Amino acid sequence: MSIQILMPALSPTMTEGKLSKWLKKEGDKVKAGQVIAEIETDKATMEVEAVDEGVIGKILVAAGTDGVAVNTPIAILLEEGESTASSAPSSAPAPAAASTKAAAPQDSCSLRPPPAPASPAIVQQEKTYTGPTKTMTVREALRDAMAEEMRRDKEVFVMGEEVAEYQGAYKVTQGLLQEFGDKRVIDTPITEYGFAGLGVGAAFAGLKPVVEFMTWNFAMQALDHIVSSAAKTLYMAGGQLGCPIVFRGPNGPASRVAAQHSQCYASWYGHIPGLKVIAPWSGEDCKGLLKAAIRDPNPVVFLENEIMYGQSFEVPTDPDFVLPIGKAKVERTGTDVTITAFSRMVGVALQAAERLSEQGIQAEVINLRTIRPLDTETISNSVKKTNRLVSVEEGWPYAGIGAEIAAIMMESCFDDLDAPVVRVYGADVPMPYAANLEKLALPQVDDIVAAVKKVSYAA
Amino acid sequence: MAAPKSSNIATPEQMMQFYKDMLLIRRFEEKAGQLYGMGLIGGFCHLYIGQEAVVTGIQSALQPQDTIITAYRDHGHMLACGMEANGVMAELTGRIGGYSKGKGGSMHMFSREKHFYGGHGIVGGQVPLGAGLAFAHKYRNDNGITTAYYGDGAANQGQVYEAYNMAALWQLPIIFIIENNGYSMGTSQKRHAAGDFCKRGEGFGIPGEKVDGMDVLAVRAAALKAVEYVRGGRGPMILEVNTYRYRGHSMSDPARYRSKEEVEEMREQHDPIENIRQVILGLGKYQEDDFKAVDKTVKDIINTAAEFAQQSPEPDPSELWTNVLL
Repeated sequence: MSIQILMPALSPTMTEGKLSKWLKKEGDKVKAGQVIAEIETDKATMEVEAVDEGVIGKILVAAGTDGVAVNTPIAILLEEGESTASSAPSSAPAPAAASTKAAAPQDSCSLRPPPAPASPAIVQQEKTYTGPTKTMTVREALRDAMAEEMRRDKEVFVMGEEVAEYQGAYKVTQGLLQEFGDKRVIDTPITEYGFAGLGVGAAFAGLKPVVEFMTWNFAMQALDHIVSSAAKTLYMAGGQLGCPIVFRGPNGPASRVAAQHSQCYASWYGHIPGLKVIAPWSGEDCKGLLKAAIRDPNPVVFLENEIMYGQSFEVPTDPDFVLPIGKAKVERTGTDVTITAFSRMVGVALQAAERLSEQGIQAEVINLRTIRPLDTETISNSVKKTNRLVSVEEGWPYAGIGAEIAAIMMESCFDDLDAPVVRVYGADVPMPYAANLEKLALPQVDDIVAAVKKVSYAA
Repeated sequence: MAAPKSSNIATPEQMMQFYKDMLLIRRFEEKAGQLYGMGLIGGFCHLYIGQEAVVTGIQSALQPQDTIITAYRDHGHMLACGMEANGVMAELTGRIGGYSKGKGGSMHMFSREKHFYGGHGIVGGQVPLGAGLAFAHKYRNDNGITTAYYGDGAANQGQVYEAYNMAALWQLPIIFIIENNGYSMGTSQKRHAAGDFCKRGEGFGIPGEKVDGMDVLAVRAAALKAVEYVRGGRGPMILEVNTYRYRGHSMSDPARYRSKEEVEEMREQHDPIENIRQVILGLGKYQEDDFKAVDKTVKDIINTAAEFAQQSPEPDPSELWTNVLL
């Protein structure tokens, strides 16, 4: 049976091309893979190969013809012994492109986001914990979270620079090597790209790695594996291959370590579908959310804060205490203005709220806890009550978390806002070293107080 | 190393199976190129034609619990792992019947069942990921090993050496397989790589070997040795398998950086499929008719796959939102 040779698409963007040259003429025998013609695409001159063996029966498009559309029949290939006459063009298969178009029409609504999961109108905080607590530092709360999960699940292991024998560069992994041994608490070379990739591979195989970055600044070398490998594979695999991994370490400005070691990555990772991003503040946050992150079947970016490591909180000691990912916490109730903050800035916002209270302004302070998925419900419910919103973060303003919250509030609570959202953020410069400049670059209690007054139109 | 006698490496039945496995890849890729030309496959499409002996020889030496990972020239690896031609071809056409429901495409397919972990589109990314798979074998003590495939271009990536270091340090059961087809996209080896790939593990104490990747029996022989070494708990090994791709880097590459004579010489003189055919014929057990029967079987599989890949519907629009998170 004769076969139509069609004008091939030879690049992702090609719709038509020039048939520049025939290398075979009518009557020539060809083998599969043999070059029969040359065409010029939008990118280059390419060779057209015969896809089957046979004899060139008829050339339908002459050499030198411009603007030949993809899938136009350019020649007819006959089986040996077959004649041109016996091959009526109508018997040839129709260009296949037509059938693809018919296959499944694009739904014009396909860009619409999926319906939001059903949720109660009133925000449910997690059940109030009534079990035993203990005063401990954030550092100890994080350590206990890992230790409890490692006791619970033998597939959980910790790896990173100085996590084992040195006991953690910031002593967060203190005692883990002694309890769990060097098979499960693993010192790595200082090669973030490599060990992040190795961790992701282990997670593909079903293990549950907790990968510590000494700081998130160094994780930029591992960004490719966090984004390209960890976050995207589940989708690219049509749901087959999950990646139960936690990347954790101190994020944001520390103190006097200058530009390369002082940066908030909440907005960076918050941008990526396929990741969950957590930025805890208190000891309770750290313990309950790190345990949740380790149990979560998805890749989780866990942004700690070095300055918080030494601060003490009352922390639940029940090993079953776990906080929900994606839920914010109202740390202080108020009626006049809502302040959102995450990580260390929650404490600064609470100080500002105390100062404002003395001046007769009652601020509601929301600890975001999770950056992605963001608990927009808790924020909007608060804004519906206070009608004013100030967002606080240490990161830069451009495309930052405050920018995102302001946009969401405009979309969902526009009529509830009595004033434009005011953002408090880190100065839009690389972090300076000098003590006075560093202080100027970071949000202070005074900045938050001033922002609240601005959003309240108060003097 | 003296060439091993072919009869010590594989039985005639096994050789016939290698012929069939390689032919399946060849015909699959030819059909994929054809469907690309018809506009049924979009985007990037990297064909494995010419390199068939590499994955066929290596996979023949593995056990069921072993894991496999590679880059984006991956159709051959999937078929060699036993993944169905239908599912692979339907992924190329972006249909729901594809291994990733049409959401991954040519470069991103996976099969947990067949222990195939992708299918990765970032050059070199699969090498540390593969070290992680090997880490899991060791962690679980399941006697499995990992084969991580990458090209001569990827072999220059920094993360490859980070993976070498950790694999050697922790004695991970992994074979690093450099499929050296001589070109890093359009840049020839002599313009992109210093030294010998197989020696690049020496500083880490990783032994390496050069293998003729156009000879499936030579690949199998080297793989059998490497598998024994790695499964024995002695840490990783490197195989530099020298091969050749007949087509361009991807469908839109006219491959002007090498001469027609060079390609023609490889196709005519060193074709891995023709090579094994001659070896088998020389043994006298199989005749031309046996090959014809295999050719027919393979042709039927490929035609069925092409048909399936065109008949399977596109994913439902609701699939846009699924599989982002578990």
